[in-house]
This record gives sequence, C-alpha cells and structure tokens, in this order.
Amino acid sequence: MSTNGSSKTLFEKIWNQHVVVAESGNPAVLYIDLHLIHEVTSPQAFTGLREKGLTVRRPSQVMATMDHGIPTTPPDIPITDQMVLRQISQLEKNCEEFGIPLQGMHSDHRGIVHVIGPELGLTQPGMTVVCGDSHTSTHGAFGALAFGIGTSEIEHVFATQCLLQVKPKTYAIKVDGTLGNGVSAKDIILNLISRIGIGGGTGYVFEYMGSAIRALSMEERMTVCNMSIEGGARAGLVAPDNITYDYIAGRKLAPQDEAWDKAVAQWRTLPSDEGATFDQEITIDADALGPMITYGTNPGMGMGITDTIPDPDSVKDVSERQTLDKALKYMDIQPGQQLLGQDIDVVFLGSCTNSRISDLRVAANLIKGRKVADSLRMMVVPGSQDVKNQAENEGLDVIFKEAGAEWREAGCSMCIAMNGDQLSPGQYAVSTSNRNFEGRQGKGGRTFLASPLTATATAITGKITDVRTML
Amino acid sequence: MEKFTTLNGTMISIPTENIDTDQIIPARFLKVIDKNGLGDNLFSDWRYNADGSPKPDFILNTEQGKKAKLLVAGDNFGCGSSREHAPWSIMAYGFRGVVSTGFADIFRNNSLKLGLLPIVVDKDTHYQLQTLIEEDPSTTVTIDLEKQTLTLPDGRTVNFPIDGFSKSCILNGVDQLGYLQSHADAIAAYEAEHGSRVNTLAD
Repeated sequence: MSTNGSSKTLFEKIWNQHVVVAESGNPAVLYIDLHLIHEVTSPQAFTGLREKGLTVRRPSQVMATMDHGIPTTPPDIPITDQMVLRQISQLEKNCEEFGIPLQGMHSDHRGIVHVIGPELGLTQPGMTVVCGDSHTSTHGAFGALAFGIGTSEIEHVFATQCLLQVKPKTYAIKVDGTLGNGVSAKDIILNLISRIGIGGGTGYVFEYMGSAIRALSMEERMTVCNMSIEGGARAGLVAPDNITYDYIAGRKLAPQDEAWDKAVAQWRTLPSDEGATFDQEITIDADALGPMITYGTNPGMGMGITDTIPDPDSVKDVSERQTLDKALKYMDIQPGQQLLGQDIDVVFLGSCTNSRISDLRVAANLIKGRKVADSLRMMVVPGSQDVKNQAENEGLDVIFKEAGAEWREAGCSMCIAMNGDQLSPGQYAVSTSNRNFEGRQGKGGRTFLASPLTATATAITGKITDVRTML
Repeated sequence: MEKFTTLNGTMISIPTENIDTDQIIPARFLKVIDKNGLGDNLFSDWRYNADGSPKPDFILNTEQGKKAKLLVAGDNFGCGSSREHAPWSIMAYGFRGVVSTGFADIFRNNSLKLGLLPIVVDKDTHYQLQTLIEEDPSTTVTIDLEKQTLTLPDGRTVNFPIDGFSKSCILNGVDQLGYLQSHADAIAAYEAEHGSRVNTLAD
C-alpha cells in the first residue's frame, strides 16, 4: 500500500506513465526512455540479438561509451591489454552495425556513463533510464526512475525498448537540517547505509527528501542516489526542483525554447503529492552528521570518523558476528580502536560517485598550497573528458600536480580496477568510490570509503584524518 | 533459458553473509565478449592461491563441490554489481540453484532469466541445511519447482516463493523476451502516443 487516495509518489507517477501492459499475474511491461551501454556488459546482449536475428528497436534512445576497462594513462600511450582492446573494438563494431550513437575513444564527451548522461542533458526528470551497471541509480537525482540491469535485460531493451518489472515498494529517506562544515553528500549516504545495512533497501525504491536534500546541488544529489544500490535499492530518486532545471538548462541535449517550457511544466507535476504515503521510512538528522568512513568489506560497515571499530564479540547474531569478524581480519584492523591515524598507501579521487567538477573543486581547494604525503600515492581521475577539460580550464590540474597528485584521463579506473589502476595486495586505500568489497580495488587491496574531503585530508597527512581539523 | 522442473542433488555451503558479485566473479574476469570459461573463475579470489594453484580446502575445489547442484549461501547473496557474469559463472560451474535467506534484487532478476533458481528459505531451514551438509556431505534434497517445495531427507517439506511468470518460463524453458515481443503492437501504440522523451545524439 503506497497510495493514499489519489495522492501519488514521484516513483508511482513515473511508473504509471511508463506501463505499456499490465496483465494480472504477470510483471508489468515497462517502457524505457533512455538506455545507456558500455563495453563490459553489452557484448553478449548483441550476440543474443544476432543469434535471434533481431535488431535494436530504438537505436536513437541508446547511448554507448567505453569507461570500465579503458586506461587512464595519457592518450598517446597505446592500450596493451588485448582483452580490453577487444571489448572496445567489439563495442565500436556493435554500435556501427546496429546504428547506436557512441561517445567513442576520441569523443570530447567520453567518460563514465553515469557522469556523461547528466552532463550532456540526456538524463531528464520523469524518464526511465537503464544501463547494465548497478550505479545507474545515479540518474535518479533528476527525478528519473533509473536502475541497473543484467545482460539478458539489456537484450530485452534492445529488442523491445521495454523491460519486465515487478513493481517495487517505496521507501522515504528524510534528511532534515543543515550539514556541518566538512560534512558532505557522501556522508549522508554512507550514514544511511550504515543504519539500514546493505540489504535494507532490497525490494524498494528510495525517495530522498527533506531540507538537507533540497539544499544539495545536482552533483551532490547524484552522489547520494549513486549509492542507493549499496543500500540494496535498485533506484533512488530526488524530486526535481529549480536546482534540477537550472542544471539541465542549456545543456547539449536539453530541450530548447518552447520545448523547454513545455518540459519544465511537465516536470513540475512530478514531485510526490501531499499526503502520498510510503511503505517504509527513515529519518536522518543532518545537523548530527559528521564525516563518515567505512571500516569493513561492505559499504554498510561504516561509522563516524571519530568512532571506534565495532567488536564482533558484541554482536548477538552468529552469522552477523562471523561476517564482521571475517571483514576485520581481511582489513587487518582491531575492534575498539579508531581508524584516525591509520596509515594509508593510496588515495583515489574518482568514480561515478565522486568525480564531477564540484568534487574536484572541493578537493583542489583543500590541497592548494599543501602537499600529498611522501608515503602515499594520490590518483585524481575525472569522471569525463568534459570534467577534465573544465578542471583544466580552472587550473585544478595544476593544483593537484603541484601538490604531487596524479592527474589522469577519465574513466572508472580504480573503482573497479579492470584497467590496471589497482591496489597491490595488502595496500590500504581511502577511496571516494562506492564499494569496499574484498579485492574490489585490486586483489588483496583494502578500501576505506569516504568523501572527497576526507580522502584529500588523508592524502595530505598520509593517515586517515578528520577533515574538520584542517578547515 | 535452461528448463528446470525437479532436481534431487547434493549441496555445499558457503555461509558468509552479503556475498557480493565481486567475490562471485572478480571484475578482472569481465573482460570477455562471450560467456565461455566463467565457471573456472567462480569465487576466484577465495578459490585460488596467488600463484593460481587451487586451494585444496576451498569447497569448490573438492569432489563434494564438483558434484553439488545447490549452493547454500548466507543472507543477501549476490549484492553489488549488476554483472550477469555472476549467475553465468555459478551455472557454468554446475549449480542449478542457490539457497539463501535473501537475495539482492538484480542478482535474483538475472538468475530468473537464466533458469538459475534463487530459493529463499527461512533462517531455521537454512541452518538445518548447513548442519545436514556438515554432518553428511552426501545428503540430498529435492527441489520441485511446480510445487515450489524443497524436501529435506527427513521428509519435511518447505515452500519457497517465486513469481508465477518466472516460474512458468523456467518450467517450460521459455525465454522471457518472447513475452515482451508478443506485446509489440502495444509497444508501438505507446510510442505513437508518447513520442520519444529522449533527445538523441544520433546523426
């Protein structure tokens, strides 16, 4: 039950507008407006089309780019990984054959798929957006219903521009108050996941609301929505408002002139109605939030940066206790201790969570006139070529390089460690990315997730640092 | 889609909670353009030493593992990325179902499209299955998809949920794409009514 009379949530409105067929007992046939694809999860879907003699129904509603496997070394250095090369050339071939627009290796707009969709103005309120990548939830920041899908489903969308979906439940995430100095959007989402756990949102779509969400920029809202999947929810939305419209206005693929006015009028009807009810809700007090950091091997194992690592012996449930114990052993950290002061080998500033221009600006602002600790490597990987160019126009690259950080090409890089950017076994990283699973950033590597501010403060001291002591 | 009706087979247990898809199949094995060879890389980082040799104690490297048809795993199995390589690799190894107290949404969706059964049981049954495996690894259970039951050696029968549509597709070995295609007229009508909401990048 998630309606109260005729009052509807943002999610329900988008859902209802996209149901093509709803037969009793069967999942709904849901229309997909925008389909984003990349080189890693799409090849087998194209093979499926060929085997069945099918075409892509709406190639103009698909956008392709390569981001997962591509190196972030200078473009004049040739790619040596033959498997990566093969995936890239296969994507080029598939896009050519099926007529799909591609932001290819030499496009000015190439980048992480969840950075470039919004940046180009492709992602708009009220749309359904899918991609063979779980962080598709990012696009929910625009008030779009956006979620990750598997390769079989990619093939379904190619062939029919539709997906079979069982209607999820709704979960209101209310964040009221004002974030303190040194506390950011990343801390909101890490706090949420630490409270509900990484399976807490399974079966739900989140809607983030409240004064602290309203106060966030679009890029900050994307950070929050990006990690909805880390709380188990396939999608997370923020109702569109003037901040949304101001962000979209004038972008390459945004509606223009009369079409713009018409679009905004329609978008203004999307926010959840007064009195609309949710199946579940939770409240977060923004005033009480401090910088967050994870200590374990899933994003739900997070705490305030001054807190102490929990003790498995204090956990009642046997399997939960074993899971925590295994995580702390993998991380080689001790219960009851703080993480502050922990030596770090690598700081990674990047990923679809935190690689946008505003992320780079806050990091550059903090590191300007300071140095990366000698004991540590800091990698800065912009989310797209456009972000990279913008940052270079603002001189941010110079600030990072003068501080001793690496300024690299755009891509997913060390978030997923498929492209050679990775931790060595045993190394510790503070990362602005979204996953701290065992080996996620390189086999045997150990990841602490945190905000760009916390990551940059750590890069400067070489140890996990409370950024509030540096502001 | 692989057809599934009934199955009688042995199980193995990996009781860790929140097993994510990076453990099931690490990202470095996603650089493929087909589905070949993924079974060898299932749980790679838990299964092989740094030099690539198999860890003899890890369950997938034992005869018991190779014979098993069901994987009994901890809660929230398959969380993390959307990679379908996860269920592909589990099936390629030889499993036809995973038994857990809960599954992550995308993993469950992907599995149902392939005919890999995500079997949700209550905590007590889950614990009982683990105990049975520990006491006698040759213990078999029976899965009957039509009846949605898991039958234990003592004759006790436990029901598991599955949506009727996925069940029917898996029982008959029918690809879900066919159902979508059967609605081509409705899709065309929807498109005619709504136009495209997407401003294309296409030429």
